[in-house]
Amino acid sequence: MKIGLFGFLFAMWALIIAGGGILVTILGPFSISGYGDFDLLLTSILKAIIAIILVVIWVLVLSKLKNWIFKKEIKS
Amino acid sequence: MAELIIPAIISCVIAFFTVYVITPPLIQFLQKRNLAVKDMNKKDHVMVVRPGGPSIIAGIIASEIVLYGFFQLNEILAIMITSFIAFVIGYVDDRKVMSGWFKPVALVIAATPIILLGTYDSNLSFPLFGTVQIPALYLGLIIFMIPITGNTINSIDVLNGVASGFMIIASFSLSIALFILQNYEMAIISLPLGFASLAFYKYHKIPSKIFPGDSGALTLGAMYGAIAIVGHVEIIAAVALLPAIINSFLFLSSMKRIVEHRQIKGKPVEHTEDFRLQATSDKTAPITLVRLILAAGPLSEKQVGYAIFKLAIFSGILAIITAFMMRVQI
Repeated sequence: MKIGLFGFLFAMWALIIAGGGILVTILGPFSISGYGDFDLLLTSILKAIIAIILVVIWVLVLSKLKNWIFKKEIKS
Repeated sequence: MAELIIPAIISCVIAFFTVYVITPPLIQFLQKRNLAVKDMNKKDHVMVVRPGGPSIIAGIIASEIVLYGFFQLNEILAIMITSFIAFVIGYVDDRKVMSGWFKPVALVIAATPIILLGTYDSNLSFPLFGTVQIPALYLGLIIFMIPITGNTINSIDVLNGVASGFMIIASFSLSIALFILQNYEMAIISLPLGFASLAFYKYHKIPSKIFPGDSGALTLGAMYGAIAIVGHVEIIAAVALLPAIINSFLFLSSMKRIVEHRQIKGKPVEHTEDFRLQATSDKTAPITLVRLILAAGPLSEKQVGYAIFKLAIFSGILAIITAFMMRVQI
């Protein structure tokens, strides 16, 4: 087994750490105000949407990374 | 700390020996009932009995009941009930072939005890950066996490000893991480998973005498997911599980849909003349972890298993590093 799968694992791990950083720094302090009782609900919904978008981006990046690492692996 | 040592030792001994002692009579019982399937990776016509789930769940329930006697924590109840529901779902699938959607959807039910018993914290902790509060999103995370961990372990149960061996490495990594985070009670509650897997590995390793089946694999995966949520170590648990997650990710990204293995026409792996495994060039076959490991050339079943274990150890080390990083904040 070559380095490819270990590299892919490491890349996934790095992406999880970086994704966590984005989630905490952007999503953490984010809040909506001015809608009274709905503030918490709206904030929650918006946080959920942003988090889902981040996950989709994470999967897309991973998919590109997978193609790049394993095409290289199969060629070598 | 000292008062935790006795429950830890007793529960680990019970988890290990319950599975170790129950599995041989279970094998005999299944042989008598002719509940066996062909081991596809053996040259000769070898039949292996399944499912081994009943002995795994017996070990887990017995040890967790003992722990409940010591700690009386709702967290233990949540883990026990979640694991048991996952076992029942897996057992139904073992006895009757269900559609590809059955397990992921049914496993949502297994996640409900965690919510109903309120044994979660909606703060999601990340290494280096701290926590983020996501109450609505976290409920969704619980509902998705159990089906994901259950099916992920089930999806790597393709070679002799891999599912149980992988779970030994992942669950002990998670227990070490919980000790590092000084969550001692949860660390002890998580230990029976590793010891039950270790005892089952004795009979599951190559050449297998028994397969865990869906009931065994889903029990192990769901308990792992429940520990991750209840112990607030979701990210660390995901890291330790990365090789299995890669397998599911590769499978789904190549098939573009949720489908049962037995419904797939293209074979990702075939056998050489000396019955080693080799990757196929079939474009309709899913890309899997085993297929990628074999991309460099044919290997024996044992060698592929060890390659997966090496990846699991690498992920386990990353998970432990992540646990240390949890204690640092930038």
